[in-house]
Amino acid sequence: MTIDWNAFNVTTAIAAMLGGAMIGAAAVWLAWANGRIAGISGIIGHMVDLVVQRKHEAFGWRVAFLVGLIVSPLVWRMFAPLPEVHEQTGLIGLVVGGVLVGLGTRYANGCTSGHGICGLSRLSLRSLVAVGCFMGSAMVTVFLMRQLLGGAL
Amino acid sequence: MKSTMHWLTAGLAGLLLGMGLILSGMANPEKVIGFLNVTGLWDPSLGLVMGGGLVIGSLGFALLRQRRLTLLGEPLNLPTNRTINGRLIGGSVLFGIGWGLTGICPGPGLVLLGAGLDAGLVYVLALLAGMGLYSLIERQRHPYQ
Repeated sequence: MTIDWNAFNVTTAIAAMLGGAMIGAAAVWLAWANGRIAGISGIIGHMVDLVVQRKHEAFGWRVAFLVGLIVSPLVWRMFAPLPEVHEQTGLIGLVVGGVLVGLGTRYANGCTSGHGICGLSRLSLRSLVAVGCFMGSAMVTVFLMRQLLGGAL
Repeated sequence: MKSTMHWLTAGLAGLLLGMGLILSGMANPEKVIGFLNVTGLWDPSLGLVMGGGLVIGSLGFALLRQRRLTLLGEPLNLPTNRTINGRLIGGSVLFGIGWGLTGICPGPGLVLLGAGLDAGLVYVLALLAGMGLYSLIERQRHPYQ
């Protein structure tokens, strides 16, 4: 393991901690105000279930939450330029990866927000197991892609 | 009136979460892959995102534990599921493979979509397809629920 000092410096470390604190605050706020867990895969997945299984139930607050998330870069841009984004994979990788994330998070009942932030904050053992599994498999995947295949997808 | 408040508070939560993802670097797949790349050139930043999130989160959820009602005066029910089974483990492993391939988890996917990136649109459509597939499989297994 070698630390990438170009990517990791005082500025990025402070931004990471502050940004993380905002993510935590958003999760606590949604639980406090609405009594809901800010799990993004669960929120989208519930809406998909309602459509696919033709259940007559309103999307309700979920729509507002997702709209807030989607417009956040537009609101950011009103005050400052958006940080640069460097995509790491092509079309095939995005499609295969997106489908796997969709399937996997529904079976696991959560993703980085629901298990990673909310679950670990509530000291849930179930979420700790989930985080260990997805962090582990993501690290192995990156290792295989970068070190062995040279990032081919 | 009450549902208007629900929408406002939820919209605010989504906005704050999105801003946090952008500021922290989570919305940049390069930072995410840099963190997951533990055997190569490693960028520890996302560990600090988790750290910042967990400090505020654990304080906040500890305080909420003592409350019975939400701000809007409804019962405050936090999750009670403690099951650790194959679904949880298998699902998490699949999610991790997809996360490792793209460097994008669901929240940042929506942020990239909002930023107008083609990659965000493709990723979110694929995410919806994966979730739709799950929903169809579940409907086959439990048709009368």
